[in-house]
Amino acid sequence: MRVPPAFLLASLLTLSACGSAGDAPPGGSEGDRGGGTLPTLSGTLTVFAAASLTDVFTDLGEQLEAQHPDLEVQFNFAGSSALAGQLTQGAPADVFAAADEAQMARVAEAGLAGDAELFASNRLMLAFPADNPAGLRKPPSGIPSLGELLPEDLTLAVCAPEVPCGAAAQEVLEQVGRTDAPDTYEEDVRGVLTKVQLGEVDAGLVYRTDVMSGEIPAFAFAESEAAQNRYPVAVLDDAPNAAAARAFTDLLLSEEGRRALTDAGFFEP
Amino acid sequence: MSRSREGAPVPAPLLVPAAIGVLFLTLPLLGLLVRTPWSQLGAQLTAPGVGQALRLSLVSATLATGLSLLLGVPLAWVLARSRARGRTVLRALVTVPLVLPPVVGGVALFLVLGRQGVVGSWLDDAFGITIPFTTTAVVIAETFVAMPFLVISVEGALRAADARFEDVAATLGAGRWTTFRSVTLPLVAPGIAAGAVLCWARALGEFGATITFAGNFPGTTQTMPLAVYLALQRDPDAAIVLSVLLLGVSLATLLLLRDRWLGRAGAA
Repeated sequence: MRVPPAFLLASLLTLSACGSAGDAPPGGSEGDRGGGTLPTLSGTLTVFAAASLTDVFTDLGEQLEAQHPDLEVQFNFAGSSALAGQLTQGAPADVFAAADEAQMARVAEAGLAGDAELFASNRLMLAFPADNPAGLRKPPSGIPSLGELLPEDLTLAVCAPEVPCGAAAQEVLEQVGRTDAPDTYEEDVRGVLTKVQLGEVDAGLVYRTDVMSGEIPAFAFAESEAAQNRYPVAVLDDAPNAAAARAFTDLLLSEEGRRALTDAGFFEP
Repeated sequence: MSRSREGAPVPAPLLVPAAIGVLFLTLPLLGLLVRTPWSQLGAQLTAPGVGQALRLSLVSATLATGLSLLLGVPLAWVLARSRARGRTVLRALVTVPLVLPPVVGGVALFLVLGRQGVVGSWLDDAFGITIPFTTTAVVIAETFVAMPFLVISVEGALRAADARFEDVAATLGAGRWTTFRSVTLPLVAPGIAAGAVLCWARALGEFGATITFAGNFPGTTQTMPLAVYLALQRDPDAAIVLSVLLLGVSLATLLLLRDRWLGRAGAA
């Protein structure tokens, strides 16, 4: 058995966490609208964010809490499509950060959010199991085309076209004329990662930020740039804690936020 | 004229919770029906892939039920009749899939039957067979999750059945196999049928173990619950239509089965 037990535990926890992303509690008390230069924020800030933002946003949330001891930041991390669905069904939240513009558009069309700002982008990479069962190889120099990387008969996992990472996967596969390559369309990028890590597929298309830690080997490819996902963030119109929501988006769009995103593997929008 | 048991008036303390129970279980279904975009029904139902997913669901749930009958009825007999030690532990073990989150069940299936799994890697090396991402994997995932429903139901029927019939058959010279076939099986047939229906319904609705172990590919592994979940990500109306279709088909099947095969059992 080539799967480290620690990974299995982690993936089981992730899987079970996926199911419970449901109703977040209402957003607590109003923030202090002093209007001064240094408003003291309090109450609860509820942020709905794409699962790929988990690490960066958790850090930023802790920073904000350190600056405002009376503030509690709560996150609901899940697939952007699921989050957009929850918001249009009336889930109370202050901030929504999506993994692509289509999901933000769904929320905006429902009249729940005004202008969104782009804050990051993410690109796909071709991840493969540590023992590389299909013997994927990168040409010695330059960034290869995805078409060069994919042998004719390999088992490939991608996200379903209904979710942001799958829309991007569809695009890059179309560019290299290999839309026939996938063997499974996963519900989210976690599903792809699980199958890669278990060694059940030869390769999977995942986000650059998923393989940034270096635990999972992955190749970059040329087509990913044109098919990148851009991440928008918006303060929701009915935000129970609008002041804290703005403080969070300001932090995200600040130099500090930008650096945290770059460190995690995101690109500029 | 004596009042039949079926006609007995319901005691008031039972009536209110029972009525609330009915509402609790049926209102969400009504909600689905109310929210169904009936005008789009035709277009949604004839959309590419819908028929394919429905056919795959029906076929795989039926195969999973067949497999469960083949393995589950003998297993239930062992649990109900054998005097072997460790039966309690065995019963607990084989009913674990009832409480295991199905996605965890899917990962567990990988560890055994995946191409890196204990049995799966041997199958791959020796015969070049890989199970994940095939319809076979769908049937296996559904059987894993649904078979315990059948086992529990048949074991209950076996325990409730009067063992003296079997004893009499034995004293008349019938072998154990003959007794099982000609006495025990007919005796518990209603229990087996009820268990099979439960098992089929559970297999039809299976999502977590299937998408984990079998993946999601139209025509091969994309069953209706998977299609519904993914439709929900983009087009909730389509998801509702697909759900109503699945609901209609399973209700119709269960009602038909009840009339045709479970007629007397249902009334007993």
